Amino acid sequence: MSGTQDPGSNDGGKSAPELDEIDTGNVAHDAPHGRKSILSEHARHEIDHWLTKFPPDRRRSAVIAALRAVQHDIGGYLTKESMDAVAEYIGLPPIQVYEVATFYSMFETKPVGRHSISVCTNISCMLCGGEEMLSHVEKRLGIKVGESTPDGRFFLKREEECLAACNNAPMMMVDHVYFENLTPEKIDEILDRHK
Amino acid sequence: MSDEVNIEVNGVPMKARKGQMVIHVTDANDVYVPRFCYHEKLPIAANCRMCLVEVEKAPKPMPACATPVAEGMKVFTKSPKAIAAQRAVMEFLLINHPLDCPICDQGGECELQDLAMGFGRDISRYSERKRVVKDKNLGPLVSTDMTRCIHCTRCVRFTQDVQGFQELGTVGRGEMTEIGTFIEKSVDHELSANIIDLCPVGALNNKPYRYRARAWEMTQHPLISPHDAVGTNIYAHVLRGRVMRIVPRANEDVNETWIADRDRFSYQGIYSEDRLLKPSIRENGVLQETDWETALQKVAEKLGRIAKQHGGGQIGAIASPNSTLEELFLLSRIARGLGSANLDHRLRRSDFRDDASDPLFPSLGVSIKELETANSVLVVGSNIRKEVPLLAHRIRKAALKGGRVSFINAKRYDYLFPVAGYLASNGMGSLDHLVAVAAAAINASGKTAPASIASLVGQAQPNDTHKAIAQQLSEGERRLILLGAIAQRDPAFADLRLVASALAEVTGATLGYLPEGGNAVGAHLVGFLPGRSVGGQTVASPGLNVADMFAAKLKAYIVFGAIEPKLDIGAESVSAALDGAEFVVALSPYSTAAQFADVVLPIGTFAETAGTYVNLEGRWQSVPGAASPVGESRPGWKVLRVLANLLDLPGFEYTAADQITADIRNALDEAGAFTAKAATRTLQAKAAGAPVVRDVPIYQVDAMVRRSSALQNTREGREERGVGA
Repeated sequence: MSGTQDPGSNDGGKSAPELDEIDTGNVAHDAPHGRKSILSEHARHEIDHWLTKFPPDRRRSAVIAALRAVQHDIGGYLTKESMDAVAEYIGLPPIQVYEVATFYSMFETKPVGRHSISVCTNISCMLCGGEEMLSHVEKRLGIKVGESTPDGRFFLKREEECLAACNNAPMMMVDHVYFENLTPEKIDEILDRHK
Repeated sequence: MSDEVNIEVNGVPMKARKGQMVIHVTDANDVYVPRFCYHEKLPIAANCRMCLVEVEKAPKPMPACATPVAEGMKVFTKSPKAIAAQRAVMEFLLINHPLDCPICDQGGECELQDLAMGFGRDISRYSERKRVVKDKNLGPLVSTDMTRCIHCTRCVRFTQDVQGFQELGTVGRGEMTEIGTFIEKSVDHELSANIIDLCPVGALNNKPYRYRARAWEMTQHPLISPHDAVGTNIYAHVLRGRVMRIVPRANEDVNETWIADRDRFSYQGIYSEDRLLKPSIRENGVLQETDWETALQKVAEKLGRIAKQHGGGQIGAIASPNSTLEELFLLSRIARGLGSANLDHRLRRSDFRDDASDPLFPSLGVSIKELETANSVLVVGSNIRKEVPLLAHRIRKAALKGGRVSFINAKRYDYLFPVAGYLASNGMGSLDHLVAVAAAAINASGKTAPASIASLVGQAQPNDTHKAIAQQLSEGERRLILLGAIAQRDPAFADLRLVASALAEVTGATLGYLPEGGNAVGAHLVGFLPGRSVGGQTVASPGLNVADMFAAKLKAYIVFGAIEPKLDIGAESVSAALDGAEFVVALSPYSTAAQFADVVLPIGTFAETAGTYVNLEGRWQSVPGAASPVGESRPGWKVLRVLANLLDLPGFEYTAADQITADIRNALDEAGAFTAKAATRTLQAKAAGAPVVRDVPIYQVDAMVRRSSALQNTREGREERGVGA
């Protein structure tokens, strides 16, 4: 992190709130001055928790956990505003947050449905019918991989790699929860449960 | 234990320091290793892999830029294994690189092209589709062709580590990786255009220069950037007499390999539409174009007559502090030859009370290079990033090395480095803050207060920040108090300086200046001042300073250089004085001079004249002219020489600029050592009235910069002019 410490503390002993508003972009703030952060209390709590796990000059390390919490919090994908809020909260230049958010496939930076489905089609699942499970999901939701349902309920994610549940293949993940030994009926029941 | 390590490169034994990388050693010993991402001024990334070399006993080729030396290490840079690795990397880099060299501005000066010659295959084995990356709009200075990018991340590392605020990043992953800002955003830092030079391929290029010329058609001419007192070394690339672009000229002692955006794009002002092409004379209220001879005859006749009738004291001469040393010297001699001591170049200054305590020239106090090892710097009255961007960069380095940097300013400016203390106004003026720091320093040291400020210090109530700054200034080897341009424009500059020098005396810190203009130091040396002549010698009867000169409404004025009175001169009475004068001659590149002058003589800009600039370290830098003068304009020194001849003044038989330089050196030698002859002044009470802050935005600093459309269209430039995004 290109750490710059807060120059806002010394003002000849007298407070000058309007001066503190000047934002150098990478000044670490424990709580943003003046404006109300768009991060929920839960998200802030979560970020604070992760920040305690790293040395004070390594706040950048908390960015993955922060984005995960925020994405979960605000409905499945990251907006520019939410990433900027994370950058401001942790004290990073916004571009460093964008870099992380675009690098990891678990982060969505474009609007997607609120429930994220990943159907595994790697070798073990493929041998046990993963491809059929995927086409069932596609047919049932009327979308292809990489698309979201028009009602914004589901997002069928392009699955990247094996999710490490080969012993109970075929499997899929919905909102970070594993569902194993899938059958079309089981899929229908699972999808019905996610409103 | 010794710090030294012995290694062998291609069978040649070499000495290295522990912790050095292999590439440091090969570079130091002139052993060639190809590279893209490695740059000596940037942190190591090791992501291009072009510098792979063979290391004995290592199973795989190693990147020379990220392999630390070890005792007994044997490195081979040209072994079959090393060459094979380098050629393989080259092949990978070219997979997605477009074959658009014929229309690429980087063509002919491209690191990728050069290395492809040395390490590329004759034919491509890649027959799949190449990837295409959308271009980003990074603002008016840098053009992008992102498909050409090889992801070396030099630009990213520059914004992060040199600017101090990361603006560019590596977005995406794998084959989808792109360099960019992710959101639509311009790069705004005042040094940002250096990424053009850093980019080893044609991805980032000079936007105004796009498609204007090919690298091999142009000739390269050394110049000095005149916009600040750093004396930044630049090259002008000239095609058929015309400056096509400006690039940095590396000089470790001055600007390293960087230049500010202002230095790079101000050249557009050379070809501004309102350049004066011919001399002109006002007849019956209307300016008429004429030839040089008539115009100069007229000037000589008018000035000669006014000097004779009313005395030389009725003539005032002001010069832009961006003029060359030779121009300033000749003009001062002409004015003195006419019997006038009314000379000044400090156009925005308003407090002249203690001119006598000026040093020989306003010096930084240390060398620019030493600045980055300063232990403590107190900057008073300066938006230093915008005033002198390259000094701000050095101070940033000092701060990152643990030096403590504090500011006393009327308002808060942002600095992209750790700031130890920042005293902004809060109802207290900069002078009050400075007095409080001085009081804290006096209390802490137990010394008696210098008589000059004793009465003020007694009343001061230093707070913790004042005390911390006082302590900071008393510790460490290299300590500096710098008076910036805003301080020098302050109506109470004399008081500020008095307190600052008392503070320097108490703490043992060095008092330095950040003079305004590219050659303010030179102007001091040749005595372009009302009270001093060459080498700081006191003149018998001092003339009027710039403010008094206009307040006194003289009969005649000589205005030299690209001065636009309303924007460049602080004195309020300037317009009235110029309007009311019997005769005004302006030597300027720009037609705005026609608004106030009776005779307008077109002179060349910094790129069109040979000349010397003395920077704020006192470093003399002479350069020949680079470009053909626009229209009938002539280098300033030639015009002054002929004018002096017409006035029958002796000693103006120069045929080349370096003859004038030699004369200046002789005159300085004759003047001997300089001693200040100031009377001691004591400060009883601070001046009443609200402090006036005279900040000049970075792209409004002089007439040339104001004419650079690229700079005016940057975010900063638009904000300065109050134009929306």
